[in-house]
Parts: sequence; structure tokens; C-alpha cells
Amino acid sequence: MEATTAAQTTLTKKEQPRDKRRVLRFMWKYKALYLLSLPGILYFLIFKYIPLMGSVIAFQNYNLFAGFSGSPWVGLEHFTRMFSHYDFLNILKNTLLLGIYDITFAFTAPIILALLLNEVRMVLYKKVVQTVIYAPHFLSWVIVSGIFIGVLSPSSGVANTMLGWFGLGPIYFLGEDSYIRSVLVGSGLWRDVGWGTIIYLAALASINPDLYEAAEMDGAGRWRQMLSITLPALLPVITILFLLKMGDFLDYGFERVFVFQNPLNIRNSEILDTYIYKAGLTQMQYSYATAIGLFKSVVGLFLLAIANTLSKKATGESLY
Amino acid sequence: MVRRESLSRKLFLGFNYTFLTLLSLTMFLPFLNVIAQSLSSAGAIDRGEVLFWPVEITTQYYKYVFEDVSIWRAFGISVYITVLGTAINLAATATLAYPLSRQEYVGRRLVLMVILLTMIFSAPLIPQFILMREIGLVNTLWALMIPTAISAFNLFVLRSFFAQLPTELIDSSRIDGCGELRTLWSIVLPLSKPALATVGIFYSVTNWNKYMDALYYINDRAKYPLQVKLRELLITDDLSDTGNLAFEITSQSVQGVQMAVILVATIPIIMIYPFLQRFFIKGMLIGSIKS
Repeated sequence: MEATTAAQTTLTKKEQPRDKRRVLRFMWKYKALYLLSLPGILYFLIFKYIPLMGSVIAFQNYNLFAGFSGSPWVGLEHFTRMFSHYDFLNILKNTLLLGIYDITFAFTAPIILALLLNEVRMVLYKKVVQTVIYAPHFLSWVIVSGIFIGVLSPSSGVANTMLGWFGLGPIYFLGEDSYIRSVLVGSGLWRDVGWGTIIYLAALASINPDLYEAAEMDGAGRWRQMLSITLPALLPVITILFLLKMGDFLDYGFERVFVFQNPLNIRNSEILDTYIYKAGLTQMQYSYATAIGLFKSVVGLFLLAIANTLSKKATGESLY
Repeated sequence: MVRRESLSRKLFLGFNYTFLTLLSLTMFLPFLNVIAQSLSSAGAIDRGEVLFWPVEITTQYYKYVFEDVSIWRAFGISVYITVLGTAINLAATATLAYPLSRQEYVGRRLVLMVILLTMIFSAPLIPQFILMREIGLVNTLWALMIPTAISAFNLFVLRSFFAQLPTELIDSSRIDGCGELRTLWSIVLPLSKPALATVGIFYSVTNWNKYMDALYYINDRAKYPLQVKLRELLITDDLSDTGNLAFEITSQSVQGVQMAVILVATIPIIMIYPFLQRFFIKGMLIGSIKS
């Protein structure tokens, strides 16, 4: 982005006017452009920024009839209530654990898979594998959950039929607290691991083959080549994606968890997003749910900032 | 390169091909299982006999699905929000992406920054819901189209494509007396067909798969899109309350019906997947380089 904008700036330097009046005249000349962009800008202001400002109701006792101006201010009451809620620590724990599993498995798996795919020399085979593993990404979480509920069903699911071959016995994967996190992480891997390889495969394709040839001349083996050429080439992409992931650490995603929830697994599957929905829209505790949402956003931003600073020191890569 | 492969290399390649083949099967076999179950008798499903091939073939679940008005209505609503929604998406995204791709647009960096920030810091659910209530979108199908009109990611994809178009074409169109809207419509858009196809396909998949927004904003059951209807079917054990008495559906057959509906909801995606594949990699890459 930097490169293209820089190029554009030098291109138009002669056309860019300097003093204010000329800027205005210049803008007036192209007023149609501004008019054209107006609906889009309004869209972002209305649907993204107004709700952001609306977050102030986290500090109020908002009620629908009194509105923003009429609702009484209560300071940090909802935040203290949130932390004293008997179940909050458990929900936070679930959210954090899923975030950690997500980074450990769902973040690293596409990197490894991309490296493995990169070793495949049979073009047709590679194409077929890619076609198959990209496909699940386009299914909605509702469909993914439907497929998993079917496959994992204790009476009729393939998974339990196969376990039966080994004399193991039917497991109700979705009905027990202890399995639900694995199901959530597993279904996420199933849907998105292939998709995640695309960006790494592109980075791998852009490595200069001469480097490998030179390394071979110097007697470096395959493993050595991967450590000294491939991984360093991937590092910038890995770092950027890791930083973005840190920013989303508490955003495991509402849909993908909600569609797997049932009363039997709720103890380990309730996360902040699903709790916000239930407290906010089902029980109409508007201010309370907003406070939790705001807490989540702020923590996310904080984590992003920490990760960014660390990465800047360690690798020189950063988002800003 | 010398073709002399060591034993460890051969072992690795053997492992690699085996692993990738197994992985592909893991992605593919569940689909086969869904298809097989949707065509098997309730008894066979219940006894766990159905793996990847139908047992005691029956089409009763599909008959049930075809007879159930509420499923078709939900299907129709999903088609509606996919077609109209994607049209809105493309119109809104293109009319913003075009000005932001022009160097004559003073302050485009500021606008881009404002948009980029929304990708990092999003508003909590409840204020969004209150806004939707205030402007009267709750319980209308507009709630599934207007608030998601522009995705910042797709906007950046389209903008960077527009920015690569030769400036001379746009300038000459202006000299010919074309307004900006006209230039966009008759010069820029026809030249950007591949980018529009990419973005359009991304949008339509998102629209077809829309579940969360419908859960948040639609209470009226008659306005449920297919994903909500499907979810509702997935969590019932009993179909007798759906009011479809045309078929004798026992509680045993529920799973077959669920699998049939999963397929009905998946078929449109499978149909566009070949087109998808042609475009998405390119689109992904333009977009990720941007951000």
C-alpha cells in the first residue's frame, strides 16, 4: 500500500495544488467524485462509527424509552457486576482457552500444510488436493455443524462406527463438556486449514529458485534449506498474520461456537460472544452486554499493541 | 538438479503423499456421508450402517423437504437476499472504491484510514442492535443487506484494481464530457470484470451463508433465511410440530431430513465453486497485500 501511494503522489505532484484556495477549487472541479463517495462514507459512519459511540451505554442504565440522553449514568457499575458474576470467570476461561488452542493449532497448521504442499511435484495431484481442501471454507457454520453433528452422532455417526471397529465405544462428542473444545477447534481446522494455506503458498512461490540451487551447490540438505531459506522467506507473512490473530484473540467467533452449543456442553462452550448475545438480546440487559463487548474490544486492542511492540523488537515486522 | 534421491527423501515423499491424500479424504468423505444418509432408510441410519453409500435407498426425505413450504420459503428468502444483497454490495462498494482509487480525490488517505480502523476496532453488538431498531430495520429483510453493504476487505480489493487501470482512459473519457458516474459505468466497470467477479462471488457466498445477522435482527419466522431454518431443523428431534402432515415422518427419520436439508443448502455453493476457485486466489492475494 505504501509503495503504490508513494508512486501516485510523485505522479501527481505537478497537479496537486499547494495553497488552500486552490485546493478548494481543485476539489470543486472534481466534486462529482466526492458526491459519488458520499453514500459509502456515510455507510461507514452510520453503521460502524455510530454504534461505536453508542458504546457509552456501557456506563449507563440504558433503557429503550429513555434513550441515550435520558438514561441514568452509573459509571463502572456494569463492569464490576461483570467481574462479580459467578460464571464470568468460567466464560473468560473458555474464551481464553479457545483462543490459545486456536493459535496453537489453527494458526500453525496452515503453515505446515503449505510447506508439505510445496514439496508436491505432481501438478495434477496438487491441484486436486487444493480443490478439495479449499472447499469447506465456503460452507456456513450452520452447515459445518450439521455435518459434524451427523458424523459425530453416538448412534449413527461414522466416527462412532469407526471407533466401534476398534472396540471403543460410542462417545457422545457433543454431549460432554470434555470434548466440546476439541470439536470446536477440530471443526475450525476442517473448514479453514486449506484456505489458510493460500497466502503461504503464494509467499513460497515468490521465493527465488536460484537460492535453493546455490544452497544445493553448497551442500545444504533439504531440511537445512527449509530452515535457512524457506522459513525466513515466510516470516514476514507469518508475523503479520500472527499480529492480526492476536488482535482477534478474544473474537473466537459467535457463529462457530453458537451452532455447536447445547445444554450438555454449555459449561465449556460458553464464550464472551455467545454470552453477550444471550445477556443482551435474549435477556435485554443492554448496558451490561455492551460493557462486556467493550471490555472484549479493549482487551483485543491491548493485546494487538503488545504483540506489535514485541514483534517490532524481535523481527522488525509490525502492523504500524 | 541431479535426480538422485536419498532414502530419507523417499520416505518423506511417501509420508507426504499419504498424509495429503488422507487429509483430502477427511475433507471429502463427510460430504459423501451426508449424501448417503440423506438417501438411506431411517432404520439403516439409526443402526449406524450408513457410511459412504446409501443403504436401503429411499427418497422420502427429499419428498418431505419438497413438500415443506417453510423450507422453500426460507430457500426463496436466501435467494432473494443473495441476489439483491449482492447487487447492493457491488453498487455500494464500486461507487466508493472508484473515487478512492483516483489521485484527484484529496483526502483519500484520511478516508481509507477511517475505513481501516473499522477492521481493527468493531462496535459491540448491542449498540448495533439499538441502531437497527432506531432506523426501523429490525425484522425486515433489509437488516440482512444494508448493514453489511460494504466489506472493507472487498473495498480494498476493488480499489487496488481500479487504481491499476490506465489513467489515460479515464482522462479521455472525462475530456469526452462524461461525468464521473458515466465514466465509472462505461469505462471502469467493463474493464474491471475479473475483479468485480471476484468480489461479487465473495459477497454472494457471504450472503447465502448469512446466519448471525438473521438471528440478531429477524424475529418473524416467516422471514427466516435458509441457514436459520436449517439450524432450527438441526436442533429438533421431532418434526411433528412443523405442521407438515403430508408424510409419515417418525422421530427416527429426523436425521435423514436434516441431511437432505444440508444438501439443499450446500448445492448452490457447490454449483458456483468452480467459478469461485478461478477467482478467489487472485482476490485473496490482492486484498492481503493491501492490508
